[in-house]
Amino acid sequence: MYVFLIAVGILLLISIIWMVYKIQTLVSVVKGSDKKVASGSNKVNAIMFVLFLVGTGGLMFWYSIKEFDNYTLPLASEHGAATDQLFWITMAVTGVIFIITHILLFWFPYRYQYKEDRKAAFYPDNNKLEVIWTVVPAIVLALLVIGGWKAWSDITRPAPENAHVVELMGYQFAWEIRYPGMDNVLGANDYRLTNASNVSGVDFSDKNAHDDFNTPVVVIPKGEPVLFKIRARDVLHSVFAPHMRLKMDAVPGMPTKFWFVATKTTEEMRAELNDPEFEYEIACTEVCGKGHFTMRRVINVVEPAEYRKWMADQKPYIVNNPALVENLSPELKELAEITISEHK
Amino acid sequence: MATAQTATHSASANDHHDDHEHHDNFITKYIFSTDHKMIGKQFLVTGIFWAIIGGLLSIIFRLQLGFPDMELFWLKPLLGGWIDEAGKLDPNFYLALVTMHGTIMVFFVLTAGLSGTFSNFLIPLQIGARDMASGFMNMLSYWFFFSSGVIMFISLFIETGPASGGWVVYPPLSALEQAMPGSGLGMTLWLIAMTLFIASSLLGGINYITTVINLRTKGMSFSRLPLTIWAFFLTAVIGLLSFPVLFSAALLLVFDRSFGTSFYLSDIYIGGEALPNTGGSPVLYQHLFWFLGHPEVYIVLLPALGITSEVISVNSRKPIFGYKAMIISMLGITILSFIVWAHHMFVSGMNPFLGSIFMFLTLIIAIPSAVKVFNYLTTLWRGNLIFTPGMLFSIGLVSFFISGGLTGIFLGNSAIDIQLHDTYFVVAHFHLVMGSASFFGLMAGVYHWFPKMFGRMMDARLGYIHFWLTFIGVYMVFFPMHYIGIAGFPRRYYSWTNFEFSNMYTDLNMFVSVAAIITFGAQLIFLFNFFYSMYRGRIASLNPWRSNTLEWTTPLHPAHGNWPGEIPSVYRWPYDYSKPGAPEDFICQTVPLSATPESNLPHEQELVELEKAIIADEEEVLVANESKES
Repeated sequence: MYVFLIAVGILLLISIIWMVYKIQTLVSVVKGSDKKVASGSNKVNAIMFVLFLVGTGGLMFWYSIKEFDNYTLPLASEHGAATDQLFWITMAVTGVIFIITHILLFWFPYRYQYKEDRKAAFYPDNNKLEVIWTVVPAIVLALLVIGGWKAWSDITRPAPENAHVVELMGYQFAWEIRYPGMDNVLGANDYRLTNASNVSGVDFSDKNAHDDFNTPVVVIPKGEPVLFKIRARDVLHSVFAPHMRLKMDAVPGMPTKFWFVATKTTEEMRAELNDPEFEYEIACTEVCGKGHFTMRRVINVVEPAEYRKWMADQKPYIVNNPALVENLSPELKELAEITISEHK
Repeated sequence: MATAQTATHSASANDHHDDHEHHDNFITKYIFSTDHKMIGKQFLVTGIFWAIIGGLLSIIFRLQLGFPDMELFWLKPLLGGWIDEAGKLDPNFYLALVTMHGTIMVFFVLTAGLSGTFSNFLIPLQIGARDMASGFMNMLSYWFFFSSGVIMFISLFIETGPASGGWVVYPPLSALEQAMPGSGLGMTLWLIAMTLFIASSLLGGINYITTVINLRTKGMSFSRLPLTIWAFFLTAVIGLLSFPVLFSAALLLVFDRSFGTSFYLSDIYIGGEALPNTGGSPVLYQHLFWFLGHPEVYIVLLPALGITSEVISVNSRKPIFGYKAMIISMLGITILSFIVWAHHMFVSGMNPFLGSIFMFLTLIIAIPSAVKVFNYLTTLWRGNLIFTPGMLFSIGLVSFFISGGLTGIFLGNSAIDIQLHDTYFVVAHFHLVMGSASFFGLMAGVYHWFPKMFGRMMDARLGYIHFWLTFIGVYMVFFPMHYIGIAGFPRRYYSWTNFEFSNMYTDLNMFVSVAAIITFGAQLIFLFNFFYSMYRGRIASLNPWRSNTLEWTTPLHPAHGNWPGEIPSVYRWPYDYSKPGAPEDFICQTVPLSATPESNLPHEQELVELEKAIIADEEEVLVANESKES
């Protein structure tokens, strides 16, 4: 019944449009306006441009101001302050250009709409003007690029020696988090060793792996450099920590990295935003299949002292599952058993 | 065709093309046509068909994004198993929709539909040629495109769904059947379709380049070419140089998928087993893909800019400002478009030093774009503007080009791109600067050259309504995406409610979806106008826009061969509008300088003597020809 009513409605609408169309065609033929160079519609269109400028311009300003706190994400990393600043400088520069060019673009149609008694200016070129608007944008862009280049070089330079290492491995559809343990060195891994009890494919014949452990939440200290070592084991993924202004693809067969310094603990951010539920999050931003939109992990930023305490409490893989080291050579097994006993 | 090999159609240029025309039956005229005008129309109609499909796909996924709780049972007759028992869209099919929307719009609508239509239709008409250099290759170009489309269309209906890894189809996702259902048969069909499409593009491109270089009429030097032709020419050059690289990327992907090679695959554990592939690099694919992918942006944009230059100049009754600067800008864009590709890959894991290099190169390409915008604005300044629908769409294009171009300055800056990469900010950026701008160029072209294509006028008022609904609609769809993007919403997400940072803006997404549906609906006005006017529109006059270029010197319905007699010679550039001293506000390219002493500029006056000598020569040839014929 609904479908029928909708169909009738659409039919009616189409026939009304049809009638209006036929009537206006006939009227324009009678008036002879279809013979003229520019009909009355010319003026209407010219005015529409001005209305459009004022209307959408107003809408843009109103919404940008009203929603400012909603669309600007809270910031919690050192380098993020630099990139945010660049973002807003670029926004200011391009914003001014955007507004000026659009005022001209929509005002000219009104100002110079067709008049029979006027003739357009024959103004084919002006080299001086061309040079000006080649050189000025070039200078402005150069300044913006140099700012960006400095920040980029800073962000991508090698991580400090003392950076806390965390491995993030993307797979369909989650992130596996591995810590290097007290030695701060991740054990080797080989994708061929992957199985249900060894999700990250850790190679336990590397003794650096003996104190490695995994956790469901990324825990990092505030104010100290953290190095994310990123890899993937099936398809491309991308680590995105929006509050840290951090993004790096996870590529199978090619480990990547990103280091940063968190500036606020989760607790501090909760207090600041007055939101006791707040969490720093990691999402995936490289399409990876059906569950692409579900790859969530939480980053818990804590005070350095709390971080050290947490670190000491963690149990390595081999403590939780001694079977992992069963097939190792006797020497390595002995080493592993020492580690296990230390954590008991 | 043999006689048409020289640029000067001289003594022996009594082509017999128009004699052939009455032999045409339905099949040779409408289907296997070698007439560039018919092939152009074939591309246009096919492009419109694909635009409808591509648009509909986007409406379906906008329903999911704007109304995540909606029950979509009513789509079940169309989508079948892709709607589950709860009436929800399958997330795999959501990705398929996004992928096919991108592929269809970029390649089938804005590459084939835009370049294919207007390069074919306008190049011979505007340079004064009987047809393309090779009519047969031109026909092949369309039929390769058509076959490509058939295969892509079939892939929409197979059980495992079409390709779903995003229009960029990055491996390993696209290489491994285990990764998602769309990477099976759907991906195979995608690769076959794209291979045919590349062949079609190359056949067309070679033809466009050859025609522009070799078949220009007497007097049509490169410095007298309309900017449309410059744009089509450079577009074809870009396509010719970059599409083969996409082909190589696709070929290696075929090898990885089907023959066990490891070009892109390494260290993969999927579906409970470790694959034997090692040593490949997914980043290699990204380099190869974007070596086409970025120039592709200009392949779709340059023709639109060319069309706009012509339409704005005609309807401002003013020469385009900075004709030479426009050409230099386009040349600059052409060259630079090949050395900026890695700005799509700042966070792909490639060496950050490369990122720095590509950031510098990328922001250089903004300069010629800026020059073009300023030149458009100056062309409007002190003009005498007539708002035909074509003109409206051209002004709309300039607006999108500014809005979308400026956000490119954010994304080209690698430091800022860290946060914005693969968020809705990117979606907003390229839909404005590449999608909507090129689409508006296409529309401007259709409205402007419809009288030449079909000998009838489209209804202007419906055109105005179509323009304003579309122009406002497009901004309402894509402008809000900037906010969503700054807030960090990732692309290609089926839903955002899993994350706290993105668990908001349901209202804004709903608004975007509603705007998208209305904008799509407004295109029905165009469709009606287009097909109705084709048969019932007002009969056009020979030169309805009072334009200078050569296509308006042909008969209302030009036959195969375009001009019934000799091809006209060209004596001036195409932008003599509102020239001081001239009685009319336009002087066609075929009017000799010697015929307009009252409006000649000093340097033109000097050329008059030279021109007279040339005309005298021509007359001799004409007389000789006539005596031969009799």
